[in-house]
Amino acid sequence: MKLDSKVPPGPLEQKWERRIRDGRLISPANKRRYEIIVAGAGLAGASAAAALSEQGYQVKAFCYHDSPRRAHSIAAQGGINAAKNYQGDGDSVWRLFYDTVKGGDFRSREANVYRLAEVSMKIIDHCVALGVPFAREYGGLLANRSFGGALVSRTFYTRGQTGQQLLLAAYSSLMKEVARGNVKLLPNHEVLDLVVIDGRARGVVARNLITGEIRRDAADAVILATGGYSNVYYLSTSGRASNATAIWRAYRRGAGFANPSFVQIHPTCIPPLGDYQSKLTLMSESLRNDGRIWVPKKPGDKRPPNEIPEEERDYYLERIYPAYGNLTPRDLASRAAKRVCDDGRGVGPNGLGVYLDFSDAIRRLGVQTIKDRYGNLFDMYREITGENAYETPMRIYPAVHYTIGGLWVDYDLMSTIPGLFVLGEANFSDHGANRLGASALMQGLADGYFILPSTIAGYLADIPHDSRPPTDAPEFAEAEEQVRNRLRKLLSIQGRRTVRDFHARLGKILWEHCGMSRNRSGLEKALQAVAALREEFWQDARVPGDEESLNQSLEDAARVADFLELGELIARDALTREESCGCHFREEYQAEGEGLRNDEKFAHVAVWEFQEDGKTPARHEEPLRYEFVKMAARNYK
Amino acid sequence: MIRRKKRGGRDAGTPLGLFRLMKVRLKVWRQEGPNKPGRFETYETPELNPNMSFLEMLDAVNEELIRQGKEPIAFAHDCREGICGTCGITINGQPHGPGKGSATCQIYMRKFRDGETITLEPFRAKAFPVIKDLIVDRSALDRIILRGGFISVRAGSAPDANTIPIPKRTADLAMEAAQCIGCGACAAACPNASAMLFVGAKASHLGLLPQGQPERFSRAAAMAEQMEEEGFGACRAYGACEEACPKEIKLEVISRLNRDFTLALLKGEL
Amino acid sequence: MQARRATPIVRYAFSAIGRKVIMAVTGLALTLFLLLHMLGNLQLFVGSESINRYAHFLHSNLELLWPARIFLLLCLCLHIWSAVSLALENKRARPVGYEGNPVPPGTTLAARTMMYTGLAIAAFVIYHLLHFTVRAPAVNFAGQDFHALKEALPWGEERADVYRMVALGFHQPVAVLIYLAGVGLLCFHLSHGLSAMFQSLGVRDRNWRGRLDRYAVWFSWLLFLGYAAVPAAVISGWVK
Repeated sequence: MKLDSKVPPGPLEQKWERRIRDGRLISPANKRRYEIIVAGAGLAGASAAAALSEQGYQVKAFCYHDSPRRAHSIAAQGGINAAKNYQGDGDSVWRLFYDTVKGGDFRSREANVYRLAEVSMKIIDHCVALGVPFAREYGGLLANRSFGGALVSRTFYTRGQTGQQLLLAAYSSLMKEVARGNVKLLPNHEVLDLVVIDGRARGVVARNLITGEIRRDAADAVILATGGYSNVYYLSTSGRASNATAIWRAYRRGAGFANPSFVQIHPTCIPPLGDYQSKLTLMSESLRNDGRIWVPKKPGDKRPPNEIPEEERDYYLERIYPAYGNLTPRDLASRAAKRVCDDGRGVGPNGLGVYLDFSDAIRRLGVQTIKDRYGNLFDMYREITGENAYETPMRIYPAVHYTIGGLWVDYDLMSTIPGLFVLGEANFSDHGANRLGASALMQGLADGYFILPSTIAGYLADIPHDSRPPTDAPEFAEAEEQVRNRLRKLLSIQGRRTVRDFHARLGKILWEHCGMSRNRSGLEKALQAVAALREEFWQDARVPGDEESLNQSLEDAARVADFLELGELIARDALTREESCGCHFREEYQAEGEGLRNDEKFAHVAVWEFQEDGKTPARHEEPLRYEFVKMAARNYK
Repeated sequence: MIRRKKRGGRDAGTPLGLFRLMKVRLKVWRQEGPNKPGRFETYETPELNPNMSFLEMLDAVNEELIRQGKEPIAFAHDCREGICGTCGITINGQPHGPGKGSATCQIYMRKFRDGETITLEPFRAKAFPVIKDLIVDRSALDRIILRGGFISVRAGSAPDANTIPIPKRTADLAMEAAQCIGCGACAAACPNASAMLFVGAKASHLGLLPQGQPERFSRAAAMAEQMEEEGFGACRAYGACEEACPKEIKLEVISRLNRDFTLALLKGEL
Repeated sequence: MQARRATPIVRYAFSAIGRKVIMAVTGLALTLFLLLHMLGNLQLFVGSESINRYAHFLHSNLELLWPARIFLLLCLCLHIWSAVSLALENKRARPVGYEGNPVPPGTTLAARTMMYTGLAIAAFVIYHLLHFTVRAPAVNFAGQDFHALKEALPWGEERADVYRMVALGFHQPVAVLIYLAGVGLLCFHLSHGLSAMFQSLGVRDRNWRGRLDRYAVWFSWLLFLGYAAVPAAVISGWVK
């Protein structure tokens, strides 16, 4: 597998400009003769489909929701970063770049991150033009707040619903192009396989989730913007339908899978309450602006929080990381929470929780201000837990939230399969080993609106615009046959256990051994346990119904079957990365409770290549060279 | 103050850990497909923790059904935190069930009594044909947006974000309207199955902002006309939509839409 | 390309919102008439001279009377047309209702019954016109011909004695009951309609909504009391 990152030469600040300047162009008359498939309609997918169509390409947009307005980008709460420096607090493109690289624990590609920071400003401009009602100051200009891992205020937000407003804006620009007749929208369609012909991505096989009909679609390029795979852990903050199927099928067709074990665990979620639970709910990181995190100093202290005096409380983030305090990056904050709970100082019924306390902020600012800033989050917390966080501290616990790993892409966002582009959370992206808050929205829109539309021409210009294969090509037939066989096979098992049961067990294995803290023996156990569970799944799962109509159980089963393969790769990746970096914490590699990187051996992206079923995938490396910043131990103290 | 009650009851303030398991009986609308006849069927739930969400209760019922070799109840859902707008069940005659400002996924079992019979129906409107059981086709809402629920600006062409100051109050009003999650509960709740709250919310969101002015009147007119074409009824200011809206969008968005529709005629943009 | 479309004004008039606006504007005009009509009626309390002169004035100026009547009739027809046509469409928009026909939360009885009260009012208006305008003896329960009630003027002419007609008319308990029911329904209709019309006209924002809702109820009561005062005065013997 050749891993050429195709980063343009030259100074960091000029790389993106140079790529655009040197990039090939396609005439408007020819653009409309190219057809591009976009799978996924979240921030990245919807914005890409819209921008490509605006440029004149023909686009087919697939999404498995009933409408492209429902993708899980919509649930992002806190905000979107941009190096606008409207606050005049010393922000710049360089600082956003540096914060992101450092926050990612020096496991990202410098050039990509710098470009992201540059493009961030155009995103805000465009979103305002699209009608995103960002929070404003009384003077009418845009307001900002701060987020974890940064000492400046660069986060733009719309109350606690920034993801929603950005997604609805991307959706609106997509609908504008659909109305123009340039984008063909295929909602209720799930992409189940990628068609590769002569080494190039040439189309997809998709299933109509309402009628069960399987369709083939050919294209000049295929774009996957299908989101992350947090749901492999069963309990996560993702939407229930979020899945890995499209990228997993692409991986099986030859796309490299980068850093699958880099999974972000978000420190501020509502703790799990019982085994009936179907998902975890995030409480925006923005709460850490005003909330203070603490646990009792004494293990097993069961007193109600209000009865624990100040001097018996351990504000552990402020203690360990005095410079960043409660705004320490997510991986560190999550791990610190796990550590205090492992010490027996966790709070709540099962000891899995820490307090997020607003009493100081309420004293300082008054209840009304806190209500204005976070009212909807406090309401949500009350709905779920029945507790009033204005009076008693919230209880929070880390939960799987975002997958930093994903399909490997070069500087142009193209995977190792020519013609297959991967955007947003689905690619391994710009976040290194840990993503900073409010950067996922930024990346999704940067990829979709600004980066891909500029880089895709370089690929398309190389292929003739009339070379789209017919959908009765043998490769299409083979892919469709595989899809059908797989669905039939799932329906024919007729075992005793439900798919959900397997999914929950898979999640448990991974959370236990491949979660916030990992070690060799645990990961080896996980490898075996996942393989055994997969075996059992194909023997004993029960999927009711048929494949020729709406069948939610079948949809779930196909997704979980893929998770059962992906879970193994995650454990394998975590096992082979013998260092601690960002979200990946190997207990063997630490000093004073902090992870220890091994830059000599692991300053690279691990890229996995599928072999065949039953064979261990091949591990490749894309070395990461830091030319412009010095790799250093992260210091938030 | 948090009230400490030891029963799984209607109290939203029941703290965790202090509860009694409960059971309910479900009367569920089952319909195999769009043109098949539907009927109610009754199911007993297994023992439930009152802290379960309504959809988690349905998950539990479905697990039982699958184990018994029966067809599980089809219902739409995704984010389960009240923002994606996918879920939507009419619970005891109320779209999204009891309680203000919640989507179906944000309803918790502690809102119901032990032993209660709960009726579950799909959202009902001519424009929302049933696909299966509790799932309806809401593509009509997307077709309304297609008629102008956007600002026509292409990526990369926008001026600096702070070029036009927007009064905080205007931005706040626009945000209130922009919160619509497109679930369709307004039309499901309206005795006339009118989607005016949905259309009004979009027209208000974009029509209040300076960026949305160029297309303001033609947008309002085209979306309102499309709404009618889709078979939604007319607004009679009942207020049922406002009551059902999980984002508590106010009736005034309809008033704004009505005004912009009339202005569209006067300005020659109809 | 779209097929040739009707002109904007026609599309507006037949659109749902357009018809709501027509309903609102005609409703507003009819409400103003109701107010004037009530003020006219209340002259009864000033005495027979006042109300009889007023009636005579109206009836002797046909150039004003008939345009006004035609205008009101037109308003009424448009009001009913828009209401009925929308109601039929609204019914089609919700072919299947919810189990047990639950009352939709957030709605008022007045809002839910607009169509019924509206139709009842239409029936009442016909009855009322027959009663006091056409003066058909069949509907006055008194068995008297109201046409015969004349008042002789000093200069030899005579004019209709409206004062006595009202007194006689409301001596019949059935007539009073029908009248009070009709006026009651009318005011109940207005208690929703008077606020909702501003919704259709697009001025019922958050600042005005509460006020409009309150004013609508107050105004409806005012009308009801104003109208009910007349039979009350007859029954109590104030007017003989």
